[in-house]
Amino acid sequence: MSSQTASATQASGMTRARAGRMIVYGIVGLIGLALLFAPFLFPEVRSQEVAARICVFIVLVASYDLLLGYTGIVSFAHTMFFGLGAYGAAIALKTMGRGFDAILLGGAAGVAAALVLAILIGLLSLRVKAIFFAMITLAAASVMLVLASQLSDFTGGEDGMTYQIPRFFSPANKLLTDADGKAVRVFGVALDGKIALYYFVFLSCLALFLVMARIVASPLGTVLEAVRENELRAEAIGYRVVVYRTAIFCIAAVIAALAGIVRAVWLKYTGPEVALSFAIMIDILLMVVIGGMGTLIGAIIGVVIMSLAQFYLKDLMQVAADATSGIPLLPELLNPDRWLLWLGVLFILLVYFFPAGIAGTLLGKGGAK
Amino acid sequence: MDTLNSIASRLGGVYLLPVAMGVLAFVLIGNPSTWVTLTVAGLAMGMMIFLMASGLSLVFGLMDVLNFGHSAFVSFGAFIAASVLAALGSWLTGPSAALNIIALMMAICAATAFGAAAGWFFERVIVRPVYRDHLRQILITMGALIVAEQLLLAIWGGAPVSVARPAVLEGSFVFGTIAIEIYRVFAFLLGLLVYVALYLVLNGTRIGLLIRAGVENREMVEALGFRIDRLFIGVFMAGSALAAMGGAMWAGYQGLITPALGGEMLIIVFIVVIIGGLGSIEGSLLGAIMVGLVANYVAFLMPKLALASNMLLMMAVLLWRPYGLKPAVKG
Repeated sequence: MSSQTASATQASGMTRARAGRMIVYGIVGLIGLALLFAPFLFPEVRSQEVAARICVFIVLVASYDLLLGYTGIVSFAHTMFFGLGAYGAAIALKTMGRGFDAILLGGAAGVAAALVLAILIGLLSLRVKAIFFAMITLAAASVMLVLASQLSDFTGGEDGMTYQIPRFFSPANKLLTDADGKAVRVFGVALDGKIALYYFVFLSCLALFLVMARIVASPLGTVLEAVRENELRAEAIGYRVVVYRTAIFCIAAVIAALAGIVRAVWLKYTGPEVALSFAIMIDILLMVVIGGMGTLIGAIIGVVIMSLAQFYLKDLMQVAADATSGIPLLPELLNPDRWLLWLGVLFILLVYFFPAGIAGTLLGKGGAK
Repeated sequence: MDTLNSIASRLGGVYLLPVAMGVLAFVLIGNPSTWVTLTVAGLAMGMMIFLMASGLSLVFGLMDVLNFGHSAFVSFGAFIAASVLAALGSWLTGPSAALNIIALMMAICAATAFGAAAGWFFERVIVRPVYRDHLRQILITMGALIVAEQLLLAIWGGAPVSVARPAVLEGSFVFGTIAIEIYRVFAFLLGLLVYVALYLVLNGTRIGLLIRAGVENREMVEALGFRIDRLFIGVFMAGSALAAMGGAMWAGYQGLITPALGGEMLIIVFIVVIIGGLGSIEGSLLGAIMVGLVANYVAFLMPKLALASNMLLMMAVLLWRPYGLKPAVKG
């Protein structure tokens, strides 16, 4: 009797998990299609900006998830690596002029710097407890932020710097010309350098995401999950935990730096606000947890939800603030600038009740841990 | 080498480090009056940081809970003190020294009381459900920090708030060419008072005994029939209250506070706790004094390096002693 009910609940759990998986993959498929055709579906400048930001952040958040979700490492230095990549490309583009060689050279320097720093931090401090590591990365990231604003000769200080990107990506560059010498239009969108730039961002991010999916599916990914679940046991079986942790920390750092390069090329501007600030780190953290730790797909969902919330929650809150304008304090709390307050509350509730996040819960990993 | 070590440990071991720093700085600076000013400033800053760091360290040592939201107490303490001082403006600037001091005490008490109350709420609502799960602890306290910072912005706005200082603590003592700000002396004395009180409670009372035993081995104390979790609420509240007190003192020291204060102090407090070793009051004091001294000396000697100095100090200490200088709990 009891075994029957048990198997029945298990079966219903299975179907629910299957349904959940359908939903998750459906949503992710839709998001993927929307991003793929974003220049044609949403031609306005602002939507393009949102789409490109979503692409870059998916990579950034997924690489952070490699640390947080897959390996159980809490790092607050992820924006530091992102910023190193962005600043590397930006400084090279500024000093060497607009060219792909500048992106390559500067990007390589940024990635190398990120890798060296990651190795140093990893070997120095990944031996100790998670909590020590979190504190040390927080301190390292804050020093990097200070350095970026102090060394203003190189980095432009608080103001950041603007620069030009290769001519290939400028709107004046026509990819395909028609008989009159104008750019060919598809669905009313001119095939010019801007499209090329968007697809540069999209394809780079797609490639990086697929690399990460491959890493997660590889034996390395399995070992990392073992380390997360039971460090002592993994060590006892014969895996050098410190080596694996340092390795994934370096991989995540390099991917974050690469994402930083893409971001720098898209924005034509790099400054502490967009590449290094602690606010970005908090965004990443919220995105990973909301989407679902330990699932790369969760990163996609988390990023899209957060990005849309940043744009639309503010409008909603403005309405609410206007409606409550007579009551003390409440309009202040509902002020659109306070949207992070409500996301923070949502974040706490999610960590309590759905530690697996949206994707994790739907995929049937809910309640794990 | 061994004899050198034993001599050093007989003289006080790692406690000699701040003294050595002071001597080294004296040689490098070469000007006694500048050196005294910097040293006093460093000690005062160290004592205020100690107030903020000690609670964090104890909470971690006792319950293995690291509270990333700790700095929220600091910044709330600072802003509450600033508001109280602003409300009592006429007392503060008046000629009567007694009223001056009463106003300041009320500000500090308000901040401390708020810290204790907020600590109780925080422990009950935020931290309690996630004991023994470091990952979720870090995430949840981080979320609480975000919410607290936003509340701060909603209540006081984003503009810097200037803090009035009581008239009696304005100005400085002057000995010859040496000038010492009175407020710094006051901050140092208050910090020292708190340290002595904490030391006496921890080493002289039954509760202190239980706390120290709990830091060393919680399960054992629980097995003997003591309710560590009840004790823990008290420690958490005391730690939060001290953090708020430190924030209030810091507000008066800086004179101008912004909502970014909490984030800045969080990093300094972490560095102090790491340097000192988790779970020990002595370690926190040592770390705080070292951080305060280094910050002031380096700001004078090499201004360019000032912002990274604490970080470099932490790295140096960690390379030498991976668990900090005076840990009460092993990693």
